[in-house]
Amino acid sequence: MKSSVSTREMRRLYRTMVTIRKFETLAGELFAAGKIPGFIHLSIGQEASSVGVCSVLRPDDYIATTHRGHGHVIAKGGDLKKMIAELIGRKTGYCKGKGGSMHIADFSLGILGANGVVGGGFPIIIGAGLSIKLRHTDQVAVCFFGDGASNRGTFHEAMNMASIWKLPILFVCENNCYASTTPTSYACSVTNIAARAAGYNIPGVTVDGNDILAVREAAGKAVDRARRGEGPTLLENKTYRRRGHFEGDPQKYRTRAEVAEWEKNDPLLRFASVLKKKKLLTGEMEKEMQEGIAKELKEALAFAEQSEWPAPEEALEDMFINP
Amino acid sequence: MPERMISCAVAICEALTEEMARDEAIFIIGEDLVAHGGIFGQFKGLPERFPGRVIDSPISESCIVGAGLGAALTGMRPLVDMHFADFVTCAMDEIVNQTAKIRYMFGGQVKVPLVIWAPDGAGLSAAAHHSQSLESWFIHAPGLKVVVPSEPADVKGLLKAAIRDDDPVIFFQHKKLFAREGPVPEGEHIVPLGKAAVKRPGGSVTILTYGSGFYMSMEAANELAGMGIEAEVIDLRTLKPLDFETIADSIKKTNRAVVVHEACLSGGFGAEVSARINSELFDYLDAPVLRVAAKDVPIPFSPRLENFVLPKVEDVIKAVRQVTYR
Repeated sequence: MKSSVSTREMRRLYRTMVTIRKFETLAGELFAAGKIPGFIHLSIGQEASSVGVCSVLRPDDYIATTHRGHGHVIAKGGDLKKMIAELIGRKTGYCKGKGGSMHIADFSLGILGANGVVGGGFPIIIGAGLSIKLRHTDQVAVCFFGDGASNRGTFHEAMNMASIWKLPILFVCENNCYASTTPTSYACSVTNIAARAAGYNIPGVTVDGNDILAVREAAGKAVDRARRGEGPTLLENKTYRRRGHFEGDPQKYRTRAEVAEWEKNDPLLRFASVLKKKKLLTGEMEKEMQEGIAKELKEALAFAEQSEWPAPEEALEDMFINP
Repeated sequence: MPERMISCAVAICEALTEEMARDEAIFIIGEDLVAHGGIFGQFKGLPERFPGRVIDSPISESCIVGAGLGAALTGMRPLVDMHFADFVTCAMDEIVNQTAKIRYMFGGQVKVPLVIWAPDGAGLSAAAHHSQSLESWFIHAPGLKVVVPSEPADVKGLLKAAIRDDDPVIFFQHKKLFAREGPVPEGEHIVPLGKAAVKRPGGSVTILTYGSGFYMSMEAANELAGMGIEAEVIDLRTLKPLDFETIADSIKKTNRAVVVHEACLSGGFGAEVSARINSELFDYLDAPVLRVAAKDVPIPFSPRLENFVLPKVEDVIKAVRQVTYR
């Protein structure tokens, strides 16, 4: 039986999912229009995982995220204005234009950073977990990663360390079926990444990653367990990366039919239908919500576009505290 | 009263004992630390004195450095022990891509008070995987401070400064120098990062060195004095940030420079210092800047081979005679 979620919380979950979807859609459009330099990785179709997990976290809990991290940052409370400003390289962005899409962090929200290195978050989250333990707080640290990262040595080092020290960590694998162009079925020795938990003597749980309530339920249990000092959990959210690895990816490694099949399994549509069935969301409410979010994003984009570019010499700042 | 003499190993322990007593955020993490106070006994007594704050780790270098980094980002002040400096290769992503870049990449949002402590150096027949001097790799990774002490007093003072610093510091400690003794002040003794020391004044030539190269250079300087050549020996101590002012002051006086280090020649720190001297002090030079370094091969095992590869006092003397035309 699923634990009860208040009406207000249900709507809030849905609203955050829609915000991420719209943010990512906007980012895709900005990229296509040549307004975002470099390259970006979108998380469209994976919103249930980021929102479901972050919904059970406290503001003082930590997350480490990935190159596909916009959704996690938004779900943890990230500022849309600073995010878009960073994506388009402005001075008012989260990192003053030094990071870009793959390096957004907000330490005031416990967001220890997105990471350009696949599997780069594991060692950092071990440090956050160890620090929690040494400081005797009841915070929790969450590491988001993909199926591809579960093949990095850092994953295995981290799972072992978290287990022997019973660190308050939740490892969240977003198994989206592809590591860049390589199918999970080819690159992973197991069908379920969660099976790898057994090798480290920690619970491994696989859930339907497009069912937000299932994700929330599983993440909630794991987070409670971690908070009680009972150690880490590996949670695998089975989902699908609907966009290419990066925007502009020719995607020769999969068929349109496969993508279309997963589009039917859309986490937003699924949750909206649950909410409508329970009479928690009406057409009118949805319209209002969509418009509200669109307005927020429009304002965020305007803020970003009106922001100054960094002065070239600012590239030399923020190196050391004591130079 | 003469200052007491202690070894580098004791100086390390003393620095850490004082700092850990002062600041509860400091902890040490690495392999094989608790049972014997580290494989070189460098942390002897600390596990007992600070229970739970000297942490034995599995052999997982990436996560050892990551543990330090993640803890540094969340309010702690860790010292990570690399076991042997050679093993930094197993944690290069965490050191170079993460630790060095995090503050900058995130727009200065956060401080990274992390010390990566790495016992390096050859001369112990430890062969190619346990003998390297890798400091120049980290000079080339913007975002790290690089410290290579020689004398015990500097070991203590620089380690305390590194621990108190809010930026990441990689601290190379030569293994062969653990037992080396010298006068060390008791109690509070800080050697600020980024300050070189003129350890032997002289007017004929400037020898720029650090770590084990310092002792080699002092020995050479004493022999050279017999030939009427007075070498000024500068112990750089911190390679990044580099105290170029002290270097320049000396070269303006001596008009000649020799850089001495144990690391191999090509791409070594000597190349960097030499390039800077050439571009900034060319008019003061009466001779080309020479470098004394190890040969460009991995460190071999057999003592005769190892000795052949490493730089020696004779090499320093030869280089100095060359630049002084004597």
